[in-house]
Amino acid sequence: MTATTLAPDRTVPPDRAARPARRFRLLRHSLALTRRTLIKIARTPEQLLDVTLQPVMFIVIFVYLFGGAVAGSTHDYLQYVLPALIAMGVVFGSVQTGVNLNDDIKKGVFDRFRSLPIARSAPLIGAVLGDLIRAVVAFLVPIGFGYAIGFRIQTDPLQTLAAGLLMVAFAFCMSWVFVLVGMLVREPGAVQGLSFLVLFPVSFGTNVFVPTETLPGWLQAWVKVNPITHLMDAVRGLMLGGPVAAPVAQSLLWAVGILALFAPLAVRAYRRRT
Amino acid sequence: MTYAIEAEGLVKRFGKTTALAGVDLAARQGSVLGVLGPNGAGKTTAVRILATLLRPDAGRATVGGYDVLSQPGRVRRLIGLTGQYASVDENLTGTQNLLLIGALLDLRRGEAKARADELLTRFGLTEAAGRPVKTYSGGMRRRLDLAASLVGRPDVVFLDEPTTGLDPAKREDVWGMVRALVDDGVTVLLTTQYLEEADALADEISVFHHGRVIAHDTPAGLKRIVGGQTVVVRPSDPDRLADAAAILGTVTGHPPDEPSPGMLTAPVDGDAAFTTVVNQLAAAGVGVVELALRLPSLDEVFFTLTGRHDQELESVA
Repeated sequence: MTATTLAPDRTVPPDRAARPARRFRLLRHSLALTRRTLIKIARTPEQLLDVTLQPVMFIVIFVYLFGGAVAGSTHDYLQYVLPALIAMGVVFGSVQTGVNLNDDIKKGVFDRFRSLPIARSAPLIGAVLGDLIRAVVAFLVPIGFGYAIGFRIQTDPLQTLAAGLLMVAFAFCMSWVFVLVGMLVREPGAVQGLSFLVLFPVSFGTNVFVPTETLPGWLQAWVKVNPITHLMDAVRGLMLGGPVAAPVAQSLLWAVGILALFAPLAVRAYRRRT
Repeated sequence: MTYAIEAEGLVKRFGKTTALAGVDLAARQGSVLGVLGPNGAGKTTAVRILATLLRPDAGRATVGGYDVLSQPGRVRRLIGLTGQYASVDENLTGTQNLLLIGALLDLRRGEAKARADELLTRFGLTEAAGRPVKTYSGGMRRRLDLAASLVGRPDVVFLDEPTTGLDPAKREDVWGMVRALVDDGVTVLLTTQYLEEADALADEISVFHHGRVIAHDTPAGLKRIVGGQTVVVRPSDPDRLADAAAILGTVTGHPPDEPSPGMLTAPVDGDAAFTTVVNQLAAAGVGVVELALRLPSLDEVFFTLTGRHDQELESVA
């Protein structure tokens, strides 16, 4: 045994429990935990497959497999479908947040965090914020690949940046849905399964792949209220030109609505679960 | 007397399962309280309640004088938690794990770095400090877990089965660290399935069984509950077994048991009887390979308390 004192340090006032807190604690704690999420992503890049290779595969499948049949030309279809596929990929990517959180809870990492004097929500915020890097990747990779096969943005960089920001904001709000799923389901694998069960009707029941007019009436009704439709319209408008104000406003409204509903539910489920 | 940990009537149910059915616990400041029991006895549930991770359905508890229900924030400033359900992050390095906890404890960057280095050195992890935890061995991981719970210089440390799955040498390492904590005045609550571990470390032991405390005493006191001392004799020549048995029976007034072939045991009331046994064996010329006076093992105490003694022996045999 060395003479080093492990704890407690007697030079610290005895009533440390009552020590005044430093400022902006929630923000600092959330950022420290965001950094943790980023380190984890950097260390396990295979975590990013769903926002890198998967969208590329989707682009190849849709453009070359369906493009000729739907739009008459693969190039025209690429222009039409790519912004929507990007939006879809960004939303799909937010599922991973739920999977990771579920895993953290299972492994006991969250218990350690919760035994520390930090806000209950800080680990959740850290996980969601860190995963926004995934949304950024999910935005940039398909654009890069699209450019290689002939896609061209018709607007300016500023509007494209706006499209990117809109998608990241949407992913932030959407990920709370999957945080909730991550809290309610026992196994990380089941989180993924259940999340996609929710996501498929939402993301395919849109105008991503075919124009709304070609759909039966009941499906048109769904497509028109579907938040992802609005997001895809907005991204299309911002990247290709066309109406922007209404779809952007509707997407943001939906995003805020989803956040307002699911973030409290997720936090509540988290408190119960842990 | 000041208690660093006090709990009264803790009840916790999960659905139809009653994990805790009214548990009282108390640990004096600077002492080690051992919570001993088999899997599913409610040990971890009790720790999680005391560490503010879980709310009890009934009962109250204080840690460092603060109520775990109404002042959880204050309790969290005083405690360190380590064990099966409070873990480090496998994807981060040892240093990154400790720095993260330092940041969450509001240490300034320099302080957090210094504290991390100090703990890594103390726990012999300096060389592995830059590697992701998933490359660590079980023993290294456990040491890092322990280090992580000490970043904030806690007054009360909860160790939930800190040596489960470690080989005996590594277990001794952890024991040494627990003793070092106690030397520094830290109060430790240690849960364990190993009777030997509770005996080696704890000042007092609470024995858990099916969500209740079925006994609370010092290790020596617990041993007394089960009875007095036992003389153990193993003659070097198996043919002299009968002679040795006769001597033991006469001196102690109890017919000796033969718990394993060639070994005799008999309960005695005082050490005087032991001396008589030794003298008579020598006088009769019975050589021995083993001759001892011992307290009942904690295993025996536990099995006696839980009434599973016979059942367990049968299943082992």
